[in-house]
Amino acid sequence: MSALADLTAPLIIGAACIAGLCADVDIFAAMTAGAKKGLRVVLDILPALLVLFPAIYMLRASGLPDVLCGLLRPLLSALGIPEETVLLILLRPVSGSAALSAAADIIARCGPDSLAGRTAAVMSGSSETTFYVIAVYFTAAGVRDSRWAVPAALFADLVCFLASAWVCRLFWG
Amino acid sequence: MLGYIIVGMYVLSALCSILTGSTSGAGSAVMDGALAAVSFGVSIAGAICLWSAVTELLERCGAAAALSRLLHPLLRRLFPRSSGDREAMSALSENVSANLLGLGNAATPAGIRAAKAMVRLGGDRAVRDELCTLVVLNTASIQLVPTTIASVRAAAGASSAFDIMPAVWISSALSVTAGLAAAALLKRLWR
Repeated sequence: MSALADLTAPLIIGAACIAGLCADVDIFAAMTAGAKKGLRVVLDILPALLVLFPAIYMLRASGLPDVLCGLLRPLLSALGIPEETVLLILLRPVSGSAALSAAADIIARCGPDSLAGRTAAVMSGSSETTFYVIAVYFTAAGVRDSRWAVPAALFADLVCFLASAWVCRLFWG
Repeated sequence: MLGYIIVGMYVLSALCSILTGSTSGAGSAVMDGALAAVSFGVSIAGAICLWSAVTELLERCGAAAALSRLLHPLLRRLFPRSSGDREAMSALSENVSANLLGLGNAATPAGIRAAKAMVRLGGDRAVRDELCTLVVLNTASIQLVPTTIASVRAAAGASSAFDIMPAVWISSALSVTAGLAAAALLKRLWR
């Protein structure tokens, strides 16, 4: 299982290169163009991270998350959600860069292979910035009434967070 | 929106640090955070660029187009009204396949094209419901390889950055199913 996980990156990259050969694509040009887009992405999110990281660090140092966790502890432990992930859960549906900052903080602090670090990673990897997506789509389509999109999307998010915590406990708990 | 979040975080943490008497900790934490943001950005940049290079290569090989064709039967069941419209259908399948491959830059424009094509189909209830289903599908993540968060894990020194993949698939599948089930239920109940 872990050997397969270690092989994920080489397998995907190898398969992409072979597919490129078969489709007669200029592989080097395609990859450098992609890498350039990646740099663009990093440059685009960096200013947001620079504003958000200090906010998250200060929030954590102020002790507010501890107070919040203390209040929510009975609920969180009943649901099996690691309490370190509270800030991530609150930010995830609202802002992608804030959630990325929060997830990076949890992963660095608890360790990438800890249960909390893994749960934070799985939560981030299996969810989207719900409210941002809803706003972009309905605004672009010129539709005022979002009908039942918000409750359905938030229900999917709730299931995502519960399922992430459950599956991580199952695999690594 | 993000503005309010920032204000909320700074004001709440300032208030809370005064109440709990941890003002000196909060003061130094702000500066630590700025440093951490830069080192985090630098540490994930390499992996982000590598995955962006690989996805670009896959896209140029026509992976997205091939995936789109595979998705047609499934999408016809999810969007019966829109599937009659050629433009809506092609934008829809482009949107879903770009999401699966993690091509965020291609997924959103295709999704918006699909949404606009649906609006053009008319304002009846079935079409408006399908527009909501499209949005719900996009608010749940269906990305097959979670490259960004794997890059974050790799930068933090994970023993195997991708070993979370099966867990991400299970969680994604459950959350998409929940979203579509909620959609199926709510479209009957909503007036």
